[in-house]
Amino acid sequence: MRHEIRFSGLGGQGIITAAVILGRAAALYADKHVVQTQSYGPEARGGASASAVIISDEPIHYPKVTDPETFVIMSQAAYDKYGCKAGNTALMLVDPGYVTSRPCCVCLEVPATAEAKAQLGKPVFANVIMLGALMEATGVIDYDSLERAVLDSVPKGTEEANKKALAIGREIVRKQL
Amino acid sequence: MTLEDWYRQDRLPHIYCAGCGNGTVLNATLRAVEALGYDINETTFVSGIGCSSRAGGYTAADSLHTTHGRALAFATGVKLVKPKQHVIVFTGDGDCSAIGGNHFIHACRRNIDLTVICMNNNIYGMTGGQGSPCTPKGSITTTTPYGMQEQPFDLCRLAEAAGANYVARWTSFHVKELTEAIRVGLETPGLSFIEVLAQCPTAYGNKNKLRQPTQMIEMFKKNAVKKAKADRNAAEGIPLEPGQFVVGEFVRRANPPLGVVKE
Amino acid sequence: MTGKTEFYNGNTACAEGALAAGCRFFAGYPITPSTEIAERMASRLPKVGGTFVQMEDELASMAAIVGGSWAGARSMTATSGPGFSLMMENIGYAAITETPCVVVNVQRGGPSTGQPTMAAQGDMMQVRYGSHGDYSIIALSPSSVQEMFDLTVKAFNLADRFRTPVFLMADETIGHMREKILLRENVEIIPRRELKEGELPCEPDENGIPGFGTFGNGHNIHITGLTHNEKGYPATDSAELHEAMVRRQVDKIEKHRLELTDVDIVNPEAEIVFISYGAPTRTVRQLLADEPDTYGHLNLRIVWPFPDHCLDEFKNAKAFIVPEMNLGQIAKEVRQYTNVKIITAPKLGGALHTVEELKKAAAAAETATRPVTEVRL
Repeated sequence: MRHEIRFSGLGGQGIITAAVILGRAAALYADKHVVQTQSYGPEARGGASASAVIISDEPIHYPKVTDPETFVIMSQAAYDKYGCKAGNTALMLVDPGYVTSRPCCVCLEVPATAEAKAQLGKPVFANVIMLGALMEATGVIDYDSLERAVLDSVPKGTEEANKKALAIGREIVRKQL
Repeated sequence: MTLEDWYRQDRLPHIYCAGCGNGTVLNATLRAVEALGYDINETTFVSGIGCSSRAGGYTAADSLHTTHGRALAFATGVKLVKPKQHVIVFTGDGDCSAIGGNHFIHACRRNIDLTVICMNNNIYGMTGGQGSPCTPKGSITTTTPYGMQEQPFDLCRLAEAAGANYVARWTSFHVKELTEAIRVGLETPGLSFIEVLAQCPTAYGNKNKLRQPTQMIEMFKKNAVKKAKADRNAAEGIPLEPGQFVVGEFVRRANPPLGVVKE
Repeated sequence: MTGKTEFYNGNTACAEGALAAGCRFFAGYPITPSTEIAERMASRLPKVGGTFVQMEDELASMAAIVGGSWAGARSMTATSGPGFSLMMENIGYAAITETPCVVVNVQRGGPSTGQPTMAAQGDMMQVRYGSHGDYSIIALSPSSVQEMFDLTVKAFNLADRFRTPVFLMADETIGHMREKILLRENVEIIPRRELKEGELPCEPDENGIPGFGTFGNGHNIHITGLTHNEKGYPATDSAELHEAMVRRQVDKIEKHRLELTDVDIVNPEAEIVFISYGAPTRTVRQLLADEPDTYGHLNLRIVWPFPDHCLDEFKNAKAFIVPEMNLGQIAKEVRQYTNVKIITAPKLGGALHTVEELKKAAAAAETATRPVTEVRL
């Protein structure tokens, strides 16, 4: 079973970090085959940022995503570039604070940035909230593996806030499903 | 070890023309090394391309005769991997300041613990006498047949500005002072740059009314102004006369060096 | 094999492979998409007693690792196209002085500045022939993050064994993607053979390879980029000596092609056979996973010297399809050794071949009539 996830948004939102954490969780703690790729450009902050993760039970040969099952979209520009191409059977998680369009596939609104500010005081936790939501919505990764990967990827001193962020994301999706 | 032991006897005689100044510089260098009692196994010579850079191969120590202009970059690798090694670089004016100019300023900036001896003969000797960045204005070379139009580099000021810990200039006439400067350079941690004006009667003198080696030596003797005198003159507002140049020690400082064994 | 499992990108894996192989000197200059290798080495080398230096350019980087190698360290640099072009001068020097060293080229789109962040395989002929004069080198091509580690280790061993620069010809795809990787511990190290007492510094052994006179070990040798005799002394005016030196240096690699063969051969009885190296190998493997019995596959982990004898393994081959991220550089090499028709499947611009594109090339193989046919994907 091959599952392709496309993360996209703005530089500075932690898009690539989120993809790497998910990849790490699946590869190291859930013992899956994983490939993570990302688009490279001169932009560091504020520009477009995109990454992709493929998670599979079988070895992954072709390393690029072709038709993602899941989209995590955190900017309107990213929606215009990637989201509008989503197939009817895809699942999309959008941050409604940044993305105004909606696709024809199933779409969950995850106000990650707003909740990060409201509950954790800083918008930087939005990407981990998104990961919690993604986990709950797709089942592509289990909570323990994801939490372990989050904890060994985030700066020291932010562990508790990041754990809360995961739980916040999970709850947002639970309420919608 | 005697001075002779520092020479690779089975490679002599050297390729230098009769009357060339480079042999004098090599001899002064080996005298300084010998005087310091260096272990030959802990001494490495690195050189680039050109007449000057053949000198390393006449020493009995390990020597790396590299590509044109790059000796300092090769030497950086040797020194950083084996900081205990005394690494001495032979280069020339074209090798050091034209094709190797960027490596030169960066080696000085890093202040890496190398002793760099630049045989400045004002010309590309090995290839038959083309103009170099150190060819004096007006000099005739095969590529400046109407006289050099460009301004020459002052290599010592360049080394000083770029950060070398020790900078001196002498000529092949000033053998004692030169040997002492090399000795001090070897003893100074960080980059030591010693420029030696060395006569090339074959390629330079020939075209610039200095056909005899002795004429060139006389010219060095006549035109070299010792730094103390030059400083006094400068304070009194007396500039150098045309053709004159300053010799002596310009810089001796103890800025943090790279590539020195930590005690 | 034991070791820690990590989730790294190919460039980080390459740096870790170098450290595992005992690399203790890295000289480099930042350039996309290879920079993570330099960054990793800058961070890690000081902690293992090694030295990292950022040089003023790639000419200097290549020079410094040659110097570092003569001083006794396993030495490496990493770069991409524009930097690789600058290294050519001192790669030739490393070849003629038989200096073991490892050069990583994470290939990007060229010529010139080209596409700094996009993958390509356009330097495959440059790595073989880019410096002036006749010489030979060894070039490896990884197609996974694990191979970025493993082939870097192998590169160091081959460099020391054959006393030659060895090239890891990666590409942006493999350099930048992350996969699970086993950081092997206690990897096999095949050290260079130190010059023996009484042996001349450039005197070949029975394999055509001289002993290595590490500077500072009392050998007191002279090393020059001029044509030299067995003593290592310049000897530029003898035609015989020059030819003997060049031929020996080429032969020490070319005559060890069997030892220097590192390939995967799949379905050798197939009629349509893909030949690939690096990132396109991933797509070929996907196609073979989708259609297990249809195609043959020759994957090259060592591209140079080219393992021409492996072509003979495909006895029923009616077509060799060579998907490359260049205009058919290795396809030309294949052509030298076979009369089987060749389909070149070039892909430029940075995107990887897709499975559908390989199928298109396979369809073209059925109908192609000329010895070499290019499929426009």
